[in-house]
Amino acid sequence: MSNSHRTASGGRIDRTRSVTFTFNGKSYQGCAGDTLASALLANGVHLVARSFKYHRPRGILSAGSEEPSALIQLERGGHTEPNLRATQIELYEGLSAASQNAWPNVNFDVGAVNGLLSKIFVAGFYYKTFMHPQSLWMKLYEPLIRHAAGLGKAPKEPDPDRYDKMHVHCDVLVVGAGPAGLTAALAAARTGARVILADEQNELGGSLLTSGETVDGLPAASWIAKIEAELAACPEIRVLRRTTAAGYYDHNHLTLTERRTDHLPRGAAPHLSRQRLWNVRAKRVVLATGGHERPLVFADNDRPGIMLAGAVRTYVNRYGVTPGKRAVLLTNNDSAYAAALDMQAAGIAIAAIVDVRTAVNGPLAAKARAAGITVLENRAVVATEGGKRLTSVDVMPLAADGGGVVGMARTSIACDLLAMSGGWNPAVHLYSQSTGKLRYDEAAACFVPHKATQALHCAGTCNGRFALPDCLAEGVAAGTEAAREAGFTADAPLPVPRAEADAEEPLRPLWVVPSTQLVGRGSGKHFVDFQNDVTAADVLLASREGYQSVEHLKRYTTMGMGTDQGKTSNVNALAILAQSLSAPIPQVGTTTFRPPYTPVVFGALAGRDVGELADPARVTPMHRWHVENGAVFEDVGQWKRPWYFPRAGESMHDAVNRECRAVRNGVGVLDASTLGKIDIQGPDAAILLNRMYTNAWSKLDVGRCRYGVMCKEEGMVIDDGVTTRLGPNHFLMTTTTSNAAKVLDWLEEYLQTEWPDLRVHLTSVTEHWSTASIAGPKARDVVAALAPDLDLSADAFPFMAMKEAVVAGVPARIFRISFTGELSYEINVPAYHGLRLWTEIMKAGAPHGVTPYGTETMHVLRAEKGYIIVGQETDGTVTPQDLGMDWIVSKQKADFVGKRSFTRQDTSRADRKQLVGLLTQDPTMVLPEGAQITAQAGGTVPIPMLGYVTSSYWSETMGRSIALALIAGGSRMIGQTVHAPLADKNVACAVVKPVFYDPEGVRLHG
Amino acid sequence: MANAVDLPRVGAVARFASAFAVPPDRAGGALTLVEMIPPGQINLRCDGHDPRAARAVGGVLQGLLPVNANTVQSAADVTVLWLGPDEWLILTAPGQEGAVMAQLREALTGLHAAVTDVTGNRALLRLSGPSARETLQKGCTLDLHPRGFRPGQCAQTVLARAGIILHQRDDAPTYDILPRRSFAEYVWLWLSDAMAEYNGRAISG
Repeated sequence: MSNSHRTASGGRIDRTRSVTFTFNGKSYQGCAGDTLASALLANGVHLVARSFKYHRPRGILSAGSEEPSALIQLERGGHTEPNLRATQIELYEGLSAASQNAWPNVNFDVGAVNGLLSKIFVAGFYYKTFMHPQSLWMKLYEPLIRHAAGLGKAPKEPDPDRYDKMHVHCDVLVVGAGPAGLTAALAAARTGARVILADEQNELGGSLLTSGETVDGLPAASWIAKIEAELAACPEIRVLRRTTAAGYYDHNHLTLTERRTDHLPRGAAPHLSRQRLWNVRAKRVVLATGGHERPLVFADNDRPGIMLAGAVRTYVNRYGVTPGKRAVLLTNNDSAYAAALDMQAAGIAIAAIVDVRTAVNGPLAAKARAAGITVLENRAVVATEGGKRLTSVDVMPLAADGGGVVGMARTSIACDLLAMSGGWNPAVHLYSQSTGKLRYDEAAACFVPHKATQALHCAGTCNGRFALPDCLAEGVAAGTEAAREAGFTADAPLPVPRAEADAEEPLRPLWVVPSTQLVGRGSGKHFVDFQNDVTAADVLLASREGYQSVEHLKRYTTMGMGTDQGKTSNVNALAILAQSLSAPIPQVGTTTFRPPYTPVVFGALAGRDVGELADPARVTPMHRWHVENGAVFEDVGQWKRPWYFPRAGESMHDAVNRECRAVRNGVGVLDASTLGKIDIQGPDAAILLNRMYTNAWSKLDVGRCRYGVMCKEEGMVIDDGVTTRLGPNHFLMTTTTSNAAKVLDWLEEYLQTEWPDLRVHLTSVTEHWSTASIAGPKARDVVAALAPDLDLSADAFPFMAMKEAVVAGVPARIFRISFTGELSYEINVPAYHGLRLWTEIMKAGAPHGVTPYGTETMHVLRAEKGYIIVGQETDGTVTPQDLGMDWIVSKQKADFVGKRSFTRQDTSRADRKQLVGLLTQDPTMVLPEGAQITAQAGGTVPIPMLGYVTSSYWSETMGRSIALALIAGGSRMIGQTVHAPLADKNVACAVVKPVFYDPEGVRLHG
Repeated sequence: MANAVDLPRVGAVARFASAFAVPPDRAGGALTLVEMIPPGQINLRCDGHDPRAARAVGGVLQGLLPVNANTVQSAADVTVLWLGPDEWLILTAPGQEGAVMAQLREALTGLHAAVTDVTGNRALLRLSGPSARETLQKGCTLDLHPRGFRPGQCAQTVLARAGIILHQRDDAPTYDILPRRSFAEYVWLWLSDAMAEYNGRAISG
């Protein structure tokens, strides 16, 4: 295949494997091993994006994850993903990508008119412009801004891909597989330590893939292969390619995102998750994250064709791509000379190296000169030309202090590529996330790690050591030391691989390249943050307006607030601010880096917690029957409980009414398996109950049951339920469904912290027992059919008693307790026989018309009896007395949890909200739950609110609506009329006692 | 009383489990998930450092009563998992729990102890095969590497969003996973999903 800008040989791409892809609807060819960026450059495509604010034509700046400009919308439909860096997208057959932030297209973008209006789009533009009137903000300003600015489009369809997570522990985690990371990983892995090596690229090697330097006498590629093989031979190494360390949290917990199938055509590996989020706990971390080259800030430094010098070198050496035919280099340091030499070797004509330093005489410069390259010292690029592609640059001599230019004469140099280098920043992002402190290195003009706060080591460029021999040596040292600290040493230490590097001359910081006009004057723009279109003029304006803190500068100008977090812009911006404030750079400081290092897709964060796996659905042993018999389910916490069992053609209202009639007139059965059950054993069990419940337990007979209410220290009800004495020192407590775990914890906490002297053991048996509650006048007939040997007479088996018996062939506990007000038996069998119990009840009950009923009917029936539901009639601010349950609060007991609070002034107020019943004047009107209650119908707003409705139902039994409410001073208002002002009408209600049905309890005891 | 142990015990994932052939997983072995017939389960609370209690329990449980945290001791028909300094879970052959409980109560007479039948409390799922560890690591934050978790160890932990007791049985590796019974369907679905990558199959017990 042929590409206009592909070298004939060299690089790590496979020229024999052609890959077809489309960009902005046009088909192109690339090679296996290309990134989208390298493939576009190989085809001579530089214009790939429009900038965020001014819609300026933008090209590809870098070759890595720091890319601020070449942001791409990848794929379409559910697979689409915005804001991806073209420099990181591995090419695959059929890839489809498009430019963002351009309309109608990247070549002709209407939004480019913003560039003409740039004088008003200055720092703080939003704050200054869209102030008044406030009412226009939501309606006009924000939608307009959102349309004009902004990046890619989020998908509208559900994500079709799979994501998962992995949790692993290791002795040493090495982040970055360049020369420092490779040697660190090998040094650590040779000790037998568990080592994870993660690198964001598809292959190991890091900067060696660009520089091609010789290590241990081997060409870079061979040396990398040798180290990979040695790593693979280590017993406990895990190498994660295409894996970005995104977050560094407390206790050496790091999250890594592995792109498992992103390099394959979509849908090619359906059995694999597309991305995997690794949660790693590492005893030691080695950060070998390398560095990022800084752009230089000069007028119109953003045209397509202006790239970082190191990136150009990467495209030439690694991808066999020549991003231009004729290049100028602009630099303040020696690294661009190495790039120039490689570019020239690949066939790019080097017009000149423009160096801002006054005199350059190091070995690299000598090599360049020997290769016939013109070196222009003490000069700078002051302007660039070219619309959608660079055509020429203007060069002028610099004044001695670098603060201006000499004369007015410019030299124009024709070129289609400008490779720039403003020095290098260590990639300290993860180090900074770990809360490590940074130090400003004056010589290298960058921030380097200073004081670590977590168990980590930095090595190589990340540590401010840029030369290859230093990287290799630091890698060995860091890996060896990290393993040693984790408890591992090697029999023979890893020798430091040999490499050579040319001595480099000092760089010359020139944070803003001067020209004949002041920064901000004229049409030239000096971009600092390419992603957010922040210029040097914006930084200077912010400084003039009083922004002295870099954190304020960041928020005011939005510098560094793009998805790239300012990887290429932060240091330039704060240096310009420092210069403007005449303050040293360390004093201005740097902004805080936060996770993630590069954006993480939401899918990876969700993992498999989607669909039916989003949350556990807890089911009872009878669940299968409920499903097969058409139950509609209600979510109660995580439980799936049958809500009602509709028959064909029945509405919910019909079904619930039928179920209610069945229980009141015949017999019904409820799956009550979800109730919490705590087995309490020990000589002090009754004492514990006495202290936790408000009523007395010591004298409860064996085999008898008692209802109890549990309060917190402040006297508010937290739970209720029936507890049964199984033996002298043995009780079974039931709790509400949703509080089962909380009550057990609550009892354990008191036992372990307050009363460790009590000899009591608690065991949760919630799930051991499954429970069917048979209720109704014919309940006795059904139970008699199931347990023929059991004497069910009221004398032998009275209300609030428990018997053990064989029911349907299964040993069972039968509790004669009731939540419906009807004769009721709760039959408990072990869970593995629960389904059998249920089906046997349905069989035995069939002649009696046994009717399965759900939670809605249960709620109606209990409300008819005025039985409370904790969490419905209570909300953590309700005492037993408020509920009219004074009778359950012992006056004799010395103490119990909550007792002291009942004598507090507030809990004994007469006007506390108290539980009452409400009967609407219109009996067919069912009040909405939560409706507010007032004394008067209407009146001047705000109308004083007395309280609110807690429960409200149609009572089939009463043939009218009923409601429970908490009303201020309600217990003294029985007989009075109150009002529920609803949106469309006012509903008058009579206040009544909160028991609507069988207040004497005749049916219960029958 | 009718004899209830003759009745078949219904597993917690009976709604889903159906028989499959077991293909080799991608790591070369077979990765299988099976629900075991619910074993007898007894929760024992007593002071393990009281020599009288240790002697009493040991006499019934063939000398088994692990005192090291998160360890398991097993004999032919009984497995004892350490859950806490004064708490153990005893697994017996299905139906044997009644006899064992009676012996334990007898032996512990006069001591402060609680012997509770929890046979229905938890389901027992068994995951086995070369990819079993990696399958669990997708949802369990514990260090399951052989250096961190070995056969004979157990833990009360969380798998995805459900609390479980985890017990490694052997180096296959084989894990016993005991979720609360109501969570068993969720855990089963979650494991089946996590196993798919390795060609793993969930099969009936």
